[in-house]
Amino acid sequence: MMQNTEGSAIIRMFHVHKRFGKKNALTDITLDVERNDLLLVSGPSGAGKSTLLRLLYLGEALSEGQILIDGMNLSRIADSRIPLVRRQFGIIFQDYKLIQTKTVYENIALVLEVKGEKTRFIQKKVTSVLRTVGMEERINSFPPSLSGGEQQRIAVARAVVGDPKIILADEPTGSLDSESAKIIMDLLLGVHARGATVIIATHDKEIIRDTKGKVIYLKDGLMMEPPMIEPLIEKKKTITL
Amino acid sequence: MKTELLIFFIKRAFQDMNSNRFLHIVTIITISLSILIVSAFGLFFTNINDIMVSWKKGVKIMAYLNKDVEKIQLPELKQKILSLYGVSAVRFIPKEDALEELKRQMKRQMALFENLKENPLPDVFEIQMIPSTQNWGKVEILAAQVEMFPQVAGVEYGQRWLGRVTGIFNLFKFAGTAMCLVFFMASVFIVANTIRLLFFSRREEFEIMRLVGATDGFIKAPFYIEGIFQGILGGVIGILILFVIYVIITSNVDPGISSGFFVMRFLPISISMGIVFSSMFAGWLGCYLSLKQFLKY
Repeated sequence: MMQNTEGSAIIRMFHVHKRFGKKNALTDITLDVERNDLLLVSGPSGAGKSTLLRLLYLGEALSEGQILIDGMNLSRIADSRIPLVRRQFGIIFQDYKLIQTKTVYENIALVLEVKGEKTRFIQKKVTSVLRTVGMEERINSFPPSLSGGEQQRIAVARAVVGDPKIILADEPTGSLDSESAKIIMDLLLGVHARGATVIIATHDKEIIRDTKGKVIYLKDGLMMEPPMIEPLIEKKKTITL
Repeated sequence: MKTELLIFFIKRAFQDMNSNRFLHIVTIITISLSILIVSAFGLFFTNINDIMVSWKKGVKIMAYLNKDVEKIQLPELKQKILSLYGVSAVRFIPKEDALEELKRQMKRQMALFENLKENPLPDVFEIQMIPSTQNWGKVEILAAQVEMFPQVAGVEYGQRWLGRVTGIFNLFKFAGTAMCLVFFMASVFIVANTIRLLFFSRREEFEIMRLVGATDGFIKAPFYIEGIFQGILGGVIGILILFVIYVIITSNVDPGISSGFFVMRFLPISISMGIVFSSMFAGWLGCYLSLKQFLKY
């Protein structure tokens, strides 16, 4: 059941466990994410960052514990209501997950179409969000004709077009060059500045260091104190001839 | 809003069909051929049935009377026969009239009658039946009842062979129905296979759709529209091909063959509509069987 919990945590995790067979992917995670928080989930590869995000959008089922999203208990949700839960999120993936056979417009419009929005509203909203990510001139392009950075900008546009309360970004800059990664991070920070709760799973130390937000650190499925991140020291490269 | 959503789904279904033209065309052609075979059976049985009905209308029971039956007994006997279940009319044919009729029919063999010292033919009651009792079981029962009267020497219900033909016809009808079922199932599996292939080729797309909050219904609806459309189009094409074949055949057949007792006709509109509806149902069912195993959370 939906509840208005204005001022309280939008996401609450209580003793969450996730096991894949005998392997513990997440162990006893208890966490509150407040509204309009910017949360960075850090940790090495295989630490459970993506699993944590997947549990939130019901990409995986919990093994144990409880997760509340805006007062709605995910462990008690009926299968038929899963799409309604997912519509509360905007999700960004490392591999973009754009539909290759659909245009940029169609990929973004899909989020509003599944909600049953009217065509005129969809056209207006998609155009507006494409302008925000600086991709309005590629509205009729197909994803394979775009660079990785451009595809991820489209993925961000798709994630925000439905005005979701929560943005989940799973390694959004993982496969991008530093320039494209900066554009994507700026877009995500812009979304956060407009009031959304943003959760970014990343192992990129630069992003963790440069982004002002809460950080949680996962290792082998356990949540622990984040290690100290050394300030960036530019090293001159020596070229031996 | 619902109309807008329906239009959206129809638009998406046609876009999908356009993207996978070859697969859809092959499916529609295969359904058309199945429907063509099924409706050809339907056309054959419709016309054969007409022939049987026209033949059966001529079925009469002839009750031959004993020679010692007095004329005075005839009205009473006629009344008794009339009171039997299934009898609509009884006509008395005196043996003199019967002989005259025979002579008229055998003008060329008139010499045969010249040496006749007495009329060898018996008096006859010609019994006509009400249409609902014109099946062979009832004809036989009625004939047996008439034969029980002591005044009746014997009965004959001509065209007895029609009973055997009816039996064979019913056997064909059974075989035809079984074949129609086989072709219906074939159409269902063809559509199911097409939808399954399309689904596999686009499963990544559907996974993404589910991640952005699409319901099962949202993903499945265009497939159902595609399946139903394939069924309707396949059905209509199959019936149209049969109609063209029918027109070609009837325009080349000597009208004298059929004009005597029945007129060859195409499938009635109700049966044609029924076939198209069955084809549409096959499309829907194929889709349902194919999609029910997918999209489980």
